[in-house]
Amino acid sequence: MASEISQAIAAGILGGGVYALMAAGLTLIFGVLDIINVAQGIFVVLGAYLSYVLSVHLHLDLLLGLLITVPAMFVIGLVVYWLFIRPLRGAERTSMTLLACFAVALIIEGVLYREFGSGYVSLNAWYTTASVHLFDFYLADIYLIGFGLAVVAIVALYLILYRTTFGRAVRATMQNQVAARLIGIDVTRVSALTFAIGTAVTAIGGMVYGAISGGFTPNSGYDLISRLLAIVILAGMGSIGGALATAVLMTTVEALVDIWQPDWAVAVFYLAMVIILTVRPAGLFGRRAVRAQ
Amino acid sequence: MTSDRATGEAAGEQDTSRQPDVDPGRAAPATEPLITETRIAGQLRSRTPALAGLAVLIAVFALFPLVFTNPTVTTIAVVTLIFVAVASAWNLFSGFSGYLSLGHAVFYGTGAYFLVVAAKDWNLNGTAVFWLLPLAGAVAALLAVPLGLVALRVRRHTFVVITIAFFFIAQLSASNLTVTGGSSGLLAPVPNWAPATYNNPFYYVGLLLAVAAVALSVLIRRSRFGLQLRAIRDDEDRAAGLGVRAMPVKLGALVLSAFITGMAGGLWVYFIGQAVPQFVFDPLFDLAVVLMAFFGGLGTIAGPVLGALILEPTQQYLYLQQSNGYESEILFGALFLVVILFLPRGVLPTAGEWLTPARLGRLRAAWPGRRADRIAQPVQRSKPPAAGSTS
Amino acid sequence: MTGTLRAESVSKSFGGLQALADCSLTAAAGRITGLIGPNGSGKTTLFNAITGYERVDAGQVYLDDQRITGASPQRVFALGVGRTFQLTRIFPRLTVLENMLVPANRGRSTRDHRERAMDLLAFTGIERHASALAGTLSYGQRKLLELAYVLVADPAVVLLDEPAGGVNPTLIHHIADRIRELNAAGRTFLIVEHNMDFVMGLCHEVTVLDSGTVVASGPPELIRSDPRVLDAYLGTEADDD
Repeated sequence: MASEISQAIAAGILGGGVYALMAAGLTLIFGVLDIINVAQGIFVVLGAYLSYVLSVHLHLDLLLGLLITVPAMFVIGLVVYWLFIRPLRGAERTSMTLLACFAVALIIEGVLYREFGSGYVSLNAWYTTASVHLFDFYLADIYLIGFGLAVVAIVALYLILYRTTFGRAVRATMQNQVAARLIGIDVTRVSALTFAIGTAVTAIGGMVYGAISGGFTPNSGYDLISRLLAIVILAGMGSIGGALATAVLMTTVEALVDIWQPDWAVAVFYLAMVIILTVRPAGLFGRRAVRAQ
Repeated sequence: MTSDRATGEAAGEQDTSRQPDVDPGRAAPATEPLITETRIAGQLRSRTPALAGLAVLIAVFALFPLVFTNPTVTTIAVVTLIFVAVASAWNLFSGFSGYLSLGHAVFYGTGAYFLVVAAKDWNLNGTAVFWLLPLAGAVAALLAVPLGLVALRVRRHTFVVITIAFFFIAQLSASNLTVTGGSSGLLAPVPNWAPATYNNPFYYVGLLLAVAAVALSVLIRRSRFGLQLRAIRDDEDRAAGLGVRAMPVKLGALVLSAFITGMAGGLWVYFIGQAVPQFVFDPLFDLAVVLMAFFGGLGTIAGPVLGALILEPTQQYLYLQQSNGYESEILFGALFLVVILFLPRGVLPTAGEWLTPARLGRLRAAWPGRRADRIAQPVQRSKPPAAGSTS
Repeated sequence: MTGTLRAESVSKSFGGLQALADCSLTAAAGRITGLIGPNGSGKTTLFNAITGYERVDAGQVYLDDQRITGASPQRVFALGVGRTFQLTRIFPRLTVLENMLVPANRGRSTRDHRERAMDLLAFTGIERHASALAGTLSYGQRKLLELAYVLVADPAVVLLDEPAGGVNPTLIHHIADRIRELNAAGRTFLIVEHNMDFVMGLCHEVTVLDSGTVVASGPPELIRSDPRVLDAYLGTEADDD
C-alpha cells in the first residue's frame, strides 16, 4: 500500500508537470486575449496524433519529432487565431470566441476521426516501456522525461515573459489592453503570438500525454479539456503560477484517489472546483474581479 | 385620435401604432401584466391578424403527421419539435441573461433518466408515461437550484466553463452509478402502438412542449422579470445598483429553462427507447442547441424556433445519409464558425434590422403629438433641446 | 426625510494610493452642492464611497440621521439616493423606455410606473426616442437618459457625476434648467463637475477637493476667488483621470 501511494504521488507530480504546462498555456491565452480556449484539449490530442504519425510513419523518435510538431502546432495556432478569433469583435466577443474555439475543436475532432478512426492508438518509444526504479516502485521513464520537458518549457516561458521585450509587451497587455495599445504595443501581434505559443506547448503536452496515457482516441480531447478547465478555474483565471501549482496538486490527488476508486477519480477535479467556487469564487489564486459581469 | 385610442379600432390592419401604449414597433411593451380593459380590448383587436396567423401555423403543425405519414419524416419532425422546445428554453435563460450555458445537457439528461427510472419503478407504459414528463421537468428544475447557486456567482467566462464542468460530472455520474445503469444505460418502456402511427403521440406531445416553451418565452419577455433579466445582460452591476436582485432573477430563469429542458429530455428518451450516457450527455447536444439559437437570433423569441426548424432536420438528414458521425461534427463546427463570423446576430435580427426603419417611419407618421396632452408643460417651457444637434 | 447627505472623515486608499483622507462634506437638504477639484482629487471615489460601490477605510456616511456607511448600492438606492456615472451606464440593448422601467417600482402600479417613465423622458426631452434602443443614442442623449432613469425611483438625493461632461453648450443649459426644476421641488443635489461656469451658475454651495481632502467650502462667489482653490488647480494640468 505504501508503495502504491508513493507511486501515485510520484506519478501525480511528474504527470502533473505536463498538465501544468498545458494549463499555463491556457491561462496565458486567457490573460492576454481574455478568451477561454476550449480547443486546448483537442490541440493536445492533435499534437499526440502528429507525434504518432511522425513516429509510426517516419520512424522518427518522439523527442526528435517535437522539433517538428512544436513549430507545426505554433503555426496552427497562428492560423486559428487569425482566421477565427481575430475577426470577432463587439459586445459578445467573449462568448463568441469561446464558441468559436468550441467549433474549431469539433472540426479538428471530426477530421481526426476521419483520418484515424475511433480506435485507440498510443505512442511508443524505448522510454515509454523502460522504467526507472524509484524508492520501492517502478515508474516509466517517460514520466521523468515528460516532467523534464515540462520544466524546460515552463522555464522557457518564464524567460520569454520576463526577460524579453516581447514578454514585457505580453505582460503589459495582460494588465491593460487599452493602455498597452496607447503606448504603441501591437496588441494584435502580441495576441497572435501568445495564442500560438499557448498552442505550441500542446505539442509537448500531446507527446507526453500520448505516451503516458496508454492509449488515446479523438474523443480523449474531452477528458483533457475538462481537467484543464477545472484546473484553471480552481486556480483562478489569470494566475500562471497558480495554474502550475494547482495542476500538480490535482493530478496527484487524482492519482491517489485512483488507488481506491478508479471510476470516480477524475471527479476530484470537479468536486474540488465546485467546493472552492462556492467558498471563494475567485479561485485559489485568482486576482481578477469576481463580481459576475 | 384620442377616441381611437380608447376603442383601438384597428379595422383589420396590423397597425401597432394604434396601440395605446407608447412603444410600438420592435420594442415589445416592457411591462404588461396589469393593463386596463380598454387597453386589453385595443390590443386584442389590433393583434387579431397576428393571432389568426398564429392559429393557422398551429393548425399546419397539428395536421402535419396526418398528411405526411412517412415514419422517417415524422421521426425527424418529432426530434425537431423537441429541439424547438430545447432551443427556446435555452434561449430563455442564456439568450435573455447573457450567461451562456454549455451544460444544459445536464437538465436534458436528468429529465431523461428520471423518466426511464420512474417508468420502470412505477410500471408505466403507453400514454401514462407522458404524465411523467412534468415530473421529469420538475426534477431538472430542482437540480437547477443548487447548480445555479454555485455557477451564477461568478463572471460570465467562468460561468460557461463551470457549465461545461457540470456537464462532465453528469456524464461521469451517469456512466458509473447503478441507478442509471452504468455505461450501458437503461431501456425505456416500449409502448404497444401501431407501427404506422407510432410516432404520432410523440409528435403531439412534442408540439405541445414546443408551444409551451415558446409561450413561456413570450410571457417572460413581456414581463418585468424579463426586463430585469435583460438589464442584467446589459450591465449587471448597474442593474443591481438600481434595485434589481440579480441572483433570484437569474436563478428563476435557469429553473424555468431547466424545467422545459428536462421535459424535453424525458420525451426524447421515451421516443428513442433507451438512455445511454454518451448519447444522453452528448457534447454535440449543447453545441447544436447554441448554434440553433445563435443562427436564428440570440435573445429573440422566434430565433431559436427558426434555428431549430432549419438546423435539426438538416442534421437528421445528414445523419441518416452518412453512417459516420464525424461528417456532422465537421459540418456543424464549420457552420457554427460561419454563423459566428458572418452572421453574429443571427438570421432573424439581421432581417429585422432591415425591416425596422421602414416600419418605424410608417409608425411615426401615424403617431403625431399623442403625448402632447401629458407632457405639455415641461417640454414647452424649455428650449427645444437643440433637437437635431444632440445627435 | 429631508435629504441631507453627510460624509464625515472618510478615508479610502487603494494600495499605496490615498484617494480620500479624512474627507468631510455636507450636501444640505434641498440645496445644490457642487464638488470640484483637479483630476485625481478623489471626487468619484467619494461618490463611490457614499453610494456603496466602494468600502471606506475610515469615516462615516449619513443620510439625514441614518448611517449608511458600507451599505450596498441596492440599499443606498432603496433609501432614496440616486447617482449617475461619469461614463454613462445605460442598458444599450433595451429600449429607452425599458431602461426607464428597470429601476425598482416602489409600490406603484405598472401603469403609473410607465406613465411616470414617459413623463420623465419628456421632462428631459428625449421622449421621441422612447422606443429606440438605448445603444443608438448619442452621448448627450445618453446623459439625459441616465438623468431620467435615476429620477424614476423619486430619490430625495441625487448625485451627478459630470453631468455636463462632453456635452454641447445648448444641452448643458437644458440640463442645468432641469436640475434647477428638480431642486425647486425639494431634491438635494451633489454634483461633480469640471465645467466651472456650470458649477458656479447652478450650485448654492461649492466644496473643493484636492488630494482626497476638502480644501475649501462655501458659496460660489467666495470659492471662485479663494487662493487655496487656485492653488489646488495650478500645476495639475495633466489631462485625463
